[in-house]
Amino acid sequence: MTANVTIRIQQADFDIAREISALTEGHTDIGAVVSFSGICRGSEASETIAALTLEHYPGMAEEEIARHVDTAMSRWPLSGVSVIHRVGRIIPGDNIVLVLTASEHRQAAFQAAEFLMDYLKANAPFWKREESAGGTSWVEARHHDDDAAARWAKP
Amino acid sequence: MKLKYFAWVRERIGKSEETLEPPSSVRTVEELMAWLAKRDETYAHAFETPKVIRAAIDHAHVKPDAAIAGAREIAFFPPMTGG
Repeated sequence: MTANVTIRIQQADFDIAREISALTEGHTDIGAVVSFSGICRGSEASETIAALTLEHYPGMAEEEIARHVDTAMSRWPLSGVSVIHRVGRIIPGDNIVLVLTASEHRQAAFQAAEFLMDYLKANAPFWKREESAGGTSWVEARHHDDDAAARWAKP
Repeated sequence: MKLKYFAWVRERIGKSEETLEPPSSVRTVEELMAWLAKRDETYAHAFETPKVIRAAIDHAHVKPDAAIAGAREIAFFPPMTGG
């Protein structure tokens, strides 16, 4: 069966149940679906976050995500992958990103989902601007995310 | 070639994109950043810490020593915070 692959960048919110349904449609070989959703927190350190605005590089963002999805599909036996990343203004509690992976058995789905999130965090061209009481500032990238991506490098 | 700027690089320069033709003596991404920095103080401010700036040529991440010859689009941006 052909893998179902969905990659979307959108302002609108996503419905996780609906996306899982779309991912598994037409497949009888799926025994495991893993879902990760990234959510906007209401605070960072001790500061309250009023909102996040997500900027992205149209064209490159889709291509970069597709490259990582291709890598995941070549490393693990996956029946499907969905990556949805929101852009625009997001408030605490809102969804930001969704990664779904489907496979026959759970190990591939779990590992591929974590791999995709680590790579997305390190390489996908999106930038967050944070509004708080202190003003508006660009969120700084964390080296931790580059390290997380590096641990997937094959020996 | 088309140049694109994102996040605070865009804010400091005051433009999201432009078309420029650097001289043929500018051969790599880091040479291009140095050349851009000399245009005016907004560019100098954007590129004041070149080590922090990331680049992509035709939608693919590249290192500072990457050659720019033949590039259609070069983008400069801070480290990413997606996901």
